[in-house]
Amino acid sequence: MTEAAPSPLLRVTGLTHRYGEIVACRDISFELFAREVLGVVGESGSGKTTLLNCCSAHLEPTAGRVEYDTRTHGLADVFGLREPERRMLMRTDWGVVHQNPRDGLRMDVTAGGNVAERLIMTGARHYGRVRGEATTWMDRVELELDRVDDPPKTYTGGMQQRLQIARNLVTKPRLVFMDEPTGGLDVSVQARLLDLLRGLVRELGIAAIVVTHDLAVTRLLADRLMVMRRGEVVETGLTDQVLDDPQNPYTQLLVSSVLQV
Amino acid sequence: MEPLIEVRGLAKTFTLHTQKGARIPVFEKLDLVVHAGECVALYGPSGCGKSSLLRSLYANYLPQAGEVLVRHRDARIDMVKAEPSTVLAVRRETIGYVSQFLRVIPRIPALEAVAEPLRALGTDAEAAGRRAADLLGRLNVPEGLWSLAPATFSGGEQQRVNIARGFVVDYPIMLLDEPTAALDADNRQGVVELILGAKERGAGVVGIFHDDEVREAVADRVFDLRDFAAAA
Repeated sequence: MTEAAPSPLLRVTGLTHRYGEIVACRDISFELFAREVLGVVGESGSGKTTLLNCCSAHLEPTAGRVEYDTRTHGLADVFGLREPERRMLMRTDWGVVHQNPRDGLRMDVTAGGNVAERLIMTGARHYGRVRGEATTWMDRVELELDRVDDPPKTYTGGMQQRLQIARNLVTKPRLVFMDEPTGGLDVSVQARLLDLLRGLVRELGIAAIVVTHDLAVTRLLADRLMVMRRGEVVETGLTDQVLDDPQNPYTQLLVSSVLQV
Repeated sequence: MEPLIEVRGLAKTFTLHTQKGARIPVFEKLDLVVHAGECVALYGPSGCGKSSLLRSLYANYLPQAGEVLVRHRDARIDMVKAEPSTVLAVRRETIGYVSQFLRVIPRIPALEAVAEPLRALGTDAEAAGRRAADLLGRLNVPEGLWSLAPATFSGGEQQRVNIARGFVVDYPIMLLDEPTAALDADNRQGVVELILGAKERGAGVVGIFHDDEVREAVADRVFDLRDFAAAA
């Protein structure tokens, strides 16, 4: 099939992570290809955030491998990279959108500065150009440009989340990790943010792993779904197939438990 | 000529694990061939599996056995076994699906919702918008509504937005799940013309049409699901 990329962007093999006696993730394997959005669902404690943290190199798994298609070495074990290489990867090729914007933003630095920071970290020096890029991105995530010099602590939750997205996308990452991206937001703000995310991901051709307990979010954002329970993947497949014709008993329970509005 | 769709030995059974593992067999050993330019009407009483078959052709449902071979570009793809990325490519380029109910992102204007499948194929916003406007016009959706989100539209208006969205790309294969259910006679005629137009350009159409007049106007043959009922 010509559509499938020859080599995955991310390959996870036999990933297991234990916190003492507790097994948070057990023997998880999957591949993610360029431009693909993978949703990871499951209830609290299912291990989905641990999996995300291992994939994004924030947490070294107890066993197993996480390989990423690096620009210089091709597919390489992210925990085998030298520290500066890994740091560069995290600053340029990858983005992380946290559930709580406070974890992804510097609350006392101006909004423009927050967006510019990742550019500067990757070597941009020209002030005018950096500021120009920062304002362009604030505009793309529909933030008012007269707020560019205000710190994010003066922003609403929805604005902070959009700023966090701008901060991540400014370096044109190939892979973005999102942990409950709409989690703490009012429902009225969620739809707009989801539409924005969906548009940007498609337009920029970004691959993403989106962890959420909200099945509606995955229907809108994810191409493919992975259902987790007690640290294991119990079902995986095309998003609408898993949601509309779930095969696994736990997935059936999860899908049938959602209240209809 | 090689068919657009070839279904072989398809079986669908639902196992409801949350309800004591109840098994609901729907159909089995189902064969169906659809050629370019023909419209096949799925037929049979409620619950005989018409929608389940249509959804299986689109890989929205997962059949328990058999194959759904679809001509996509120069290849034949089995929608039952294909990787998600392949299924999505087939849906982008080859198969259009009009469901019974409109499902779009909240707060997106009707015109954009209709243009979206074309945009996903890389058509620029202006050309996609023109094509979407043309279809909404042909389906008598009042122009005043185009810039509004469809959530507040009437059932019939939503259904016409849904149909416009399904026909905005000239897909080689069209799957239609009761496209005229919520429409009055005038609007039904608009849909009939779209279906005839699709056949004219060589599309293969599989549909569920409860309205006898519509079915007689568009269908070349009737496919009776009762012939493939699975034993309970």
